[in-house]
Amino acid sequence: MEKLFFLMFAAVAIASGLAVVTVRNPVHSALALIVCLIQVAALFVLLRSPFLAAVQIFIYVGAVMVLFLFVVLILDMRKAVLQAFPPVKKRFVVGVILVLSAQMVAFVFLTPMGLGPAQGWEPTVESIGRVLFTKYLFPFEVVSVILLAALVAAIVIAKERQ
Amino acid sequence: MNSEVAAFFSPGDFLAILPEMVIAGMACLLLLVDIAVPRTKKCVVPALAVLSVAVAAWFSYELAGSGVSAFSGMFVLDGYSDFFKLIFYIVAVFAILVSLRYIRTEEIDLGEYYVLLLFSLSGMMIMASGTDLLTIYLGLELASLPVYALVGFLQKSRKSNEAAMKYIILGAFSSAILLYGISLIYGLTGTTQLAAISAALVTGDVNGPLFTLAVIMLVAGFGFKVAGFPFHMWAPDAYEGAPTPITAFMAAGPKAAAFAVIMRVFLEGLYPAYDSWQMAIAAVAVGSMVVGNITAILQTSIKRMLAFSSVGHAGYALLGLVAGSEEGMASVMFYLFVYAFMNLGIFGIVIMMRKDSQSGDQISHYTGLGKSNRLTALAMLIFLFSLAGIPPTAGFIAKFYVFMALINKGMVGLAVIAALMSAVAAYYYIRIVMLMYMREPEKEFALASSRGLLCVLIIALAAVVALGVYPGYFIDLARYAAFPL
Repeated sequence: MEKLFFLMFAAVAIASGLAVVTVRNPVHSALALIVCLIQVAALFVLLRSPFLAAVQIFIYVGAVMVLFLFVVLILDMRKAVLQAFPPVKKRFVVGVILVLSAQMVAFVFLTPMGLGPAQGWEPTVESIGRVLFTKYLFPFEVVSVILLAALVAAIVIAKERQ
Repeated sequence: MNSEVAAFFSPGDFLAILPEMVIAGMACLLLLVDIAVPRTKKCVVPALAVLSVAVAAWFSYELAGSGVSAFSGMFVLDGYSDFFKLIFYIVAVFAILVSLRYIRTEEIDLGEYYVLLLFSLSGMMIMASGTDLLTIYLGLELASLPVYALVGFLQKSRKSNEAAMKYIILGAFSSAILLYGISLIYGLTGTTQLAAISAALVTGDVNGPLFTLAVIMLVAGFGFKVAGFPFHMWAPDAYEGAPTPITAFMAAGPKAAAFAVIMRVFLEGLYPAYDSWQMAIAAVAVGSMVVGNITAILQTSIKRMLAFSSVGHAGYALLGLVAGSEEGMASVMFYLFVYAFMNLGIFGIVIMMRKDSQSGDQISHYTGLGKSNRLTALAMLIFLFSLAGIPPTAGFIAKFYVFMALINKGMVGLAVIAALMSAVAAYYYIRIVMLMYMREPEKEFALASSRGLLCVLIIALAAVVALGVYPGYFIDLARYAAFPL
């Protein structure tokens, strides 16, 4: 049963992911990305991580995608819509992608997966907080520095200079 | 501290990350200092930045050789990380010193410039010390993110904007590939800790096709970060568009950090699977040497030429990893140490050529430099000889030790290809020497020298010559610092 759900969500996620890069209209592609992100949230639920699923929907679907749509509305995308991408023969690109994906799928199915789901792990907010501030304290702090650096970088790039 | 917390880290762990804390903390502080000081006293920011690197270096020196593993095995202080941090400190200080005048000329004199450099430095330090794929990845992001912004720092230049755009998109793409590889490794071994991965590879049966896929993805992800063929496409554009001091910094700093990580991951974590990654790395190395050096011949811009040359140098350095021995590891470490000096040195001269309206980034701009500015041309000559690997410069010794490591492992074929490619490389380096000395200058040269820049040039020159004549001490240091296999 779980496998069925996984396949369903994964298939929709991949299909909508493809739609993100294939549709011409940027608003449609942003909407497809929302669908894709919601499917990933559903996969997190299947992996027994409801917290991650909620965060995924709040932050990506809620905040990031709204920002995306605003940017799409502000920029004049009409020219970009008309341009073809990539500049080489489409058949060639599709062929390469198909070969690589076939290879990857084959690799995945040829390998026996021995490890079961993680044991002794309660997926509550409390336990996530506990782990973040004990076992993963150092990476957690590094992430905060990364976010600060990204913030500074973004402001420097975007700010109008005298 | 309660017992639950004590199981994961102790107060002593914070002592181990003191140098990183100094750099990241000072970066935050400098943001405020930059606002507080008046416009005329802006040199306070770079001065404090250099000072903080010095303080961090002193802490690193005091902590050196303690061999502490901190934060439940995610961070380690060993000779290996200390050696790389030494390279990073030198590169960071040099980058700050060569920037002083340049960023005023380009009118990008913002305090954030130095802040971003420091953030990148702290990321590189975490990369060198990371022993867990999680910390390694985060260090990598912290080291690259500020550099994306620094590449696009020339707001008015289309080239700089384009370079930053390409770099950030391809950088994000390669990070995704790297993360995919890491997630596969985690799925197969159940851990992200390098020592535990190594143990799982020895005991468990993980050498399936999925593992091959993971290795390919790791090679691709890291290959991008060191600009190895065929993942080097971003490098010429990013190097050309970026402000020249940042180009110098990128080619010496983050690249060395990426090598630190590659060697740590492949020689510590994936060493039991040596047979499955050796060929992939060897292919990237050979491709980088061939494509980098041959394409460099065709360039007219010196920054693009040096970008392709740096692709070639990444190829030579990767050969030391292919050797898969402690000797190979030490030879790569020494190579990167030497490369930092010659790279900063030659870019220092390119920066010097940038004055007022003179851009100085075309190879033809160097025509006849030897006739009018003898000392500058001589310095350039020595750096070019070192990059080409001509004795008695340090570049020769560095290449020599990489080749020796290969030959000692019986990989003579690879050593022969590398030596042939050095001969190809000599062509385009010596072509500049010809231009400088054999032709009459077309016009007067205006050189933008400053005390900081001269200081860097003199130290780099001294190091390139001294390491070429008397490399013993640093080679021993690299051997001592290499972690045991």
